[in-house]
Amino acid sequence: MKTRATTSGHALEDWNRPPVFETEGEGELLEVSMGPHHPSTHGVFRMDVALDGERVVKLKPVFGYLHRNHEQLAQTQSYLASMPYTDRLDYFCSMTNNWAYALAVEKLVGQAVPERAEYIRVILAELTRVQNHASAIGFLIQEMGASGTPLMYAFREREKILDLFESLSGSRMMCNYMRFGGCRVDPSPVWLDEARKVVAGLPQFVDEFEALLSGNEILMARTQGIGILKPELAVNAGVTGPMLRGSGVNYDIRKVDHYGVYDRFKFRVPLGGQGDVFDRYMVRVLEMRESISILEQALKDVPGGPIMDPKAKIRGFRPKPGEVYGRIEAPKGELGFYLISDGGPNPYRYRVRPPSLINLTVLEDMCLGHNVADVVLIFGSVDIVLGEVDR
Amino acid sequence: MKSVEEITAAIEAAVPGAGVTVIPNGSSSGQHSLLLDPRTAMDVARFLRDDAELALDFLSNVTGVDYLDKEVTEKVKVLRPVTKTVEGVEQTVQETVEELRKHTEPGYLETVYHLYSMAEKHGPVVLRMRTANRTDKVELPSFTPIWRSAEFQEREVFDLFGIVFTGHPDLRRILMWEEFKDHPMRRDYVEPDDFEYEPTAHDDVLARAKKHHARVAEYQAAGEGQ
Repeated sequence: MKTRATTSGHALEDWNRPPVFETEGEGELLEVSMGPHHPSTHGVFRMDVALDGERVVKLKPVFGYLHRNHEQLAQTQSYLASMPYTDRLDYFCSMTNNWAYALAVEKLVGQAVPERAEYIRVILAELTRVQNHASAIGFLIQEMGASGTPLMYAFREREKILDLFESLSGSRMMCNYMRFGGCRVDPSPVWLDEARKVVAGLPQFVDEFEALLSGNEILMARTQGIGILKPELAVNAGVTGPMLRGSGVNYDIRKVDHYGVYDRFKFRVPLGGQGDVFDRYMVRVLEMRESISILEQALKDVPGGPIMDPKAKIRGFRPKPGEVYGRIEAPKGELGFYLISDGGPNPYRYRVRPPSLINLTVLEDMCLGHNVADVVLIFGSVDIVLGEVDR
Repeated sequence: MKSVEEITAAIEAAVPGAGVTVIPNGSSSGQHSLLLDPRTAMDVARFLRDDAELALDFLSNVTGVDYLDKEVTEKVKVLRPVTKTVEGVEQTVQETVEELRKHTEPGYLETVYHLYSMAEKHGPVVLRMRTANRTDKVELPSFTPIWRSAEFQEREVFDLFGIVFTGHPDLRRILMWEEFKDHPMRRDYVEPDDFEYEPTAHDDVLARAKKHHARVAEYQAAGEGQ
């Protein structure tokens, strides 16, 4: 490996770039275009890979196959009208997308949220996190070659959670549930009992999942020491979510910003030690356990009262001129919304900070020097959804 | 967490002549921003990242905003010669007259950066930079060498807004395809009728047929004349 030559003379400015690999021997590089319809790319995503034998020496991700200019669309309509569109960003976690957008707008206008709505939001966000992490791990193992079984175990549990979402909001995945100043429908006591039943079954699922996977020799051999991400680079490259914590950086926005009512619940932030694929897998498993603990605490005493702030302005919603950046800890990382209001009914500027796209910044750094089969695993451990990457 | 004024003072002390202006924010979020001078922005950014107290090591969000040229109408008082009839005699008198004058304030493109600190767990600090105009002077320095997270996001701003980041290692379109010409997030963007229009072999055949018909018509017209 050769270090990159610098123009300014000091190598300090260049430490965060991917290294340049020299080819061994006389052979020519083989350029492979993985995607956009490769089964491991979770949708329409392409990686232009240059191979020296089996070794990856260059990797350039190519985006935009699902681009529909979500931001321009949101700028042409009212604030509330973009709420259903946020479901389509990360279509695995529509509840957290709703929450991030509602949080940003509430911050923009100084809108308070009733206590009951805050509890319901926490419950729904943590259910989303559990099902997202379970299916992310399922897909990762699927790509490793364990075709079907772990993914179906995850989807069995995900289905129970999606049934809860459906009975509450009317839709399994496109929930469109949250509003500025609360939530759309009040969950009935029956729904809360159903939720308690589902949550009571979750620890057993995680135990079963772990018994199946965590100690598995093939999984350990395939994932340990693969795709290492150094903590300094992870911070510098803006990596967030389980990927950042897998590298051992203690940064969870639920703990840092104390948004919602997260400061009332006791939970720990799992951290990895090596920053490899196995650590990212393990952080997700442990985060599921912590989410279940939050769910148990939140479901124990859901306060009564209104689900929507009665003073919330709905008709003629025109925020004062100003701007806001609001963010939450979505299952995939920091999901933020940046809004500028010019006093009109539409946002002047509407921007989504997509965790999936920004976590892919370091994909090349992690993949260089590994085999193609490992690239598939490393890519799977990032956990992206193309609806959010391309927007 | 320091206030915006304290951060400005710290920047001015570390980078003399930085020229940082505070832009107040009218909303209840209270996130005021700092407008940087593009000439000193790199030094300021490096200071913000490396300063032990601020330690803004995490660049979360990079985005662009487009402000169109604005036509401003204002009342101006002007001295004018006015012809008047005073006591039956026509005279020219200098008089102050109110007049409406129009001028255009040039629009600009703006980048917005949201910085947080993972080490100190505070934030956000909002930075902005503005281009000179919207057409030809659209260069701004790239923060990618300082914060790697700007790499894809600055490519996106380049793609959708047309801001050119000098010093970016790999400035290409990211969401639109390479051959695309316009910048779709600009306020005055007009959609083409057909996004995927490409001249095909069919068009060539049509053009040739048209030419052929024209020549036949010409030949026939010449034949009738004889």
